Amino acid sequence: MKDLLTFYVQSLKTSIMSTFQYRTGQAFYILGMMAEPVIYLVVWSTIANAQGGSIAGYTAGGFAAYYIIWTLVRNINIVFTPYGWEWRIQRGELSGMLLRPLHPLHYDLSFFAGMKVVMITIWLPIAVLLTLVFHPTFNATPLSVIVFVFALVGAYLIRSMLLWLLGMITFWTTRVGAIYELYFAFELLLSGRLVPLALMPGWVQKIAAFLPFQWTFQYPIEALIGQLSPVQLFEGLGMQVLWIAGSFALLRLVWHFGVRHFSSVGN
Amino acid sequence: MTDSSAYDITVGDLYKTYFVPEREAGLKSSLKSLVRRKTSAVHAVDAISFTIEPGEVVGFLGPNGAGKTTTLKILSGLLYPTSGVVSVLGHTPSRREKDFLRQITLIMGNRNQLQWDLPALDSFELNRAIYRIPQADYRRTRDEFIELLDLQGLIKKPVRNLSLGERMKVEIAGSLLHCPRVLFLDEPTIGLDVTMQRRIREFIAAYNKRYNATVLLTSHYMADVETLCKRVLVLHHGHLLFDGNLADLSDRFAAYKTINVTLEDASVDLAAYGAVIEHEGERSKLRVSKAEAPRITARLLSECSVIDLTIEDPPIEDVIERVFAQEQPVA
Repeated sequence: MKDLLTFYVQSLKTSIMSTFQYRTGQAFYILGMMAEPVIYLVVWSTIANAQGGSIAGYTAGGFAAYYIIWTLVRNINIVFTPYGWEWRIQRGELSGMLLRPLHPLHYDLSFFAGMKVVMITIWLPIAVLLTLVFHPTFNATPLSVIVFVFALVGAYLIRSMLLWLLGMITFWTTRVGAIYELYFAFELLLSGRLVPLALMPGWVQKIAAFLPFQWTFQYPIEALIGQLSPVQLFEGLGMQVLWIAGSFALLRLVWHFGVRHFSSVGN
Repeated sequence: MTDSSAYDITVGDLYKTYFVPEREAGLKSSLKSLVRRKTSAVHAVDAISFTIEPGEVVGFLGPNGAGKTTTLKILSGLLYPTSGVVSVLGHTPSRREKDFLRQITLIMGNRNQLQWDLPALDSFELNRAIYRIPQADYRRTRDEFIELLDLQGLIKKPVRNLSLGERMKVEIAGSLLHCPRVLFLDEPTIGLDVTMQRRIREFIAAYNKRYNATVLLTSHYMADVETLCKRVLVLHHGHLLFDGNLADLSDRFAAYKTINVTLEDASVDLAAYGAVIEHEGERSKLRVSKAEAPRITARLLSECSVIDLTIEDPPIEDVIERVFAQEQPVA
């Protein structure tokens, strides 16, 4: 455990240094990323105001809080994608990783976690600017702030493993991009990324309840803006733990067979 | 049955078969392949057996597609063999146990494992954490490699700013920081200039001597093999054609010898003794059949005024080509 911790610390440092090499690029990347939530925010705030001040319990200030925290959660949700898997296998990088006495999942978890440090540093002034412009309404409590921190970690782990599972399809096929695009469409609708799920039809909300997406997006956001009761906060953490455990078990299984297949056909 | 405990590497009756999709050119064939996919079996490794003792440096020779890299990948655990026995340091490589992976390294001349944007020193630190190298050991080994490979001016520059040869040097140093007992080197000098090739060869030889490491090397540069390897394995179309000393290979398969002779009289016609392949003043170079070489040498010495005479084997590349032409196991 101590050795693994040493690796994580070193890999985080390496990732921070590596990401920092492209700090200007990262800043523009984050600025570009802001377009999506700002559009959602402007549209829904306008609709809320037109509907008499609120819609599905969200006021203009509530939407502002939702979409400003959205930008942070979106950053946390940037993980190693299936496109990266295609590239990794084509370039033979996976072979190099398989020769090291450490599961490659640790590289990705630690490397992308390190990137967050730089990304959040760049995000902070943008968040301040958005706050000054859109006047968000927060009802956060000390408990919700603490739960939010854990929820971010949970969201990161769930999304990392889900996209790893998708990426591992490349063990059997050379391209996985199309499947990822389909997955992404579902995720967009059912995670609370496009709009809070409360604005979706009831049947959509019912489907979303059985899927992992909202625990990676909407739940952490709602935890911080103060939309959830203490019971809902802990239920959410429980759901995240369940999805982490489930996806980890599935990941191990797929990895076992995938690597065997990869090693049989070679690269 | 071979006692594998005496060897670092034991390979018995190893096979690796790939099934590769194939079709004719054109749209029609492309559509047809959607419905009925044709594959053909490629026997990349075909009934190979050999053993390697601790500390041996063995060269893997063969043309492209001979099965060298496939064999190295099987030995390092990247590929599952189709059948056969493989043991490296008492481990079955395909299981990729951590204890096994900590004792080996596979260096491929065209692959880069270092962090592209960072100085190599940062990648070295990461490798220290991955391989759990104690700080004191890490510093000692790192400094030793920096000295041996002359890396002082390179390790603080981002890897992307290094030349191909410089990158290869830091790549090798980074891959050996954990002091592996077995090195699989797949064309480690590919694309490098002769000075850099020599530097890397010297380093590999020094590492082998210092750590008694077992080295299995593939290279298309015969200088690598001649300098480093006493023993060679010659592969062709997945078959092991020869397993023995490099010198024996030359003795057994050289079809001719080269006689370099310097005469007092430059006007003597040497065509009667053999094929004159070079002639410059008093110095000539003759190609003669291997069997005839002693007799022709005796004739030259008795019939001409010889100032100097040497007999050479043909270049090893020619010998290897001759072995490939045989296509049958010869040892």
